[in-house]
Amino acid sequence: MDQFLTQIIIGTAIGVGAGYIGSFMVLRRMSLVGDALSHVALPGLALALLYHVNPFFGAFAALMIAVIGIWALERETSLSSETLVGIFFTTALALGILLTPQPELLEALFGDISKVAVSDLYLTLPLVAAMIIIVRAISRPLTLSTISKELTQSMGIRINVINFVFLLLVALIVALGIKVTGTLLMGALVIIPAAAAKNISLDLSRYTFLSAFFGGLAGLIGILIAYGYNLTPGPIVVLTGGVIFLASLAFKR
Amino acid sequence: MAESGAILTVDNLGVKFDGQEILRDLSFTVSRGDVFAIVGPNGAGKTVLFRALLGLVAHSGTVRWESKVAISYIPQRFSIDKDFPLTVKEFMEFKTGDRKLIMAALHSVGITDEHHINHHILNQRIGWLSGGQLQRVFIAWAILDNPHVILFDEPTAGIDIGGEETIYNLIKKLRDEKELTILFISHDLNMVYKYANNVLCLNKDMICYGAPADALDPAALKALYGGEATFYTHHHHKK
Repeated sequence: MDQFLTQIIIGTAIGVGAGYIGSFMVLRRMSLVGDALSHVALPGLALALLYHVNPFFGAFAALMIAVIGIWALERETSLSSETLVGIFFTTALALGILLTPQPELLEALFGDISKVAVSDLYLTLPLVAAMIIIVRAISRPLTLSTISKELTQSMGIRINVINFVFLLLVALIVALGIKVTGTLLMGALVIIPAAAAKNISLDLSRYTFLSAFFGGLAGLIGILIAYGYNLTPGPIVVLTGGVIFLASLAFKR
Repeated sequence: MAESGAILTVDNLGVKFDGQEILRDLSFTVSRGDVFAIVGPNGAGKTVLFRALLGLVAHSGTVRWESKVAISYIPQRFSIDKDFPLTVKEFMEFKTGDRKLIMAALHSVGITDEHHINHHILNQRIGWLSGGQLQRVFIAWAILDNPHVILFDEPTAGIDIGGEETIYNLIKKLRDEKELTILFISHDLNMVYKYANNVLCLNKDMICYGAPADALDPAALKALYGGEATFYTHHHHKK
């Protein structure tokens, strides 16, 4: 398959997945968690580069450790996840910058989708599809527990399990998205589409759909523009998202 | 159906958080069809008691519900911002997709005008409802799956003074129509006198228990709220 077409498919698919998961993160006021988590991926990415492993696995492993750490610490201590994420984020970023080989640092920080291979399709597409299906399946407790944790628990729903599954999926999409936007900007790809969709949606189904749609749109248009003008795709994808958000403000409901 | 059977029996219930005693040695029974009020100052452990009854917090002693009893819980606080993208229809559909059931539940809570329901309730963002409308919607949601018992934390929190009576009247009406058992937490002793047939006064310990007219005597009120004041007194609690 054409390399450019591969870029477009992967970029769009990741945009859709990030937008969809991001809609629930914004709903749950986890915007900053997504942003900070993406930085945690850097040391894992660095180790993967050093040992010539697929960077996705390195990033995902680092994110998993962070997610489990945050989840466990949040249960065991009274620190808020904002604080915990802040701690993980800064130390991991510092460690990552030291570990990442100098020539690859820029790519790790800002992504480079032009490096994807056709084989990446077989990893990305099924994972994004699975994520969307799982998030959809747990969308009811995700939304309800945002409204009231006690109400959700009283219905016999195990919120801890739901939260954990959700954090895992967040880790997964961030690890995938690093190829598109890099670790520094991945947070934007989860937050911006959702924020734009929230501006123009009254109901949940439209909101989550539009969020996924805007994510995909940002990926698609961003990569096309970057290709046309020979720019780094990551920042252009994020900027496209920013433009979509500005446009949504005009139609705010 | 046996009218007088105990639907809930609580024996020596105690709850501790981090070694701090929140509830101590509570024993009471709730009969089928009761309107059972729980009163006490802020920080008395009323909400914790509800959570213990629901099995959401670790406790000592026993909480025994009649077998196969279905319980709905309406918490005091919901975090729903004005821009929370969820319509009332979607909220109701979390429990059932059956439109007839949803309409019946809304009718039961006094939202009856078809046009109003379609245009101003169901397709409305839930965060845009007024306090009174929101409370009705939550009650409708609570009765959607035909519970036997409703635990209601501060039914009139966030409702205008005039609206309080309406909500309590509604609760009373539902109890009569649907053979419900109602447990509610309240600050408003007038409402407790008027609507409850049993009351439990709580300030970590059980201070009084029984029919409101008997149980809420001056000694109990003093122990509950301190001093001579019968309305608001500032109370210090160990944190």
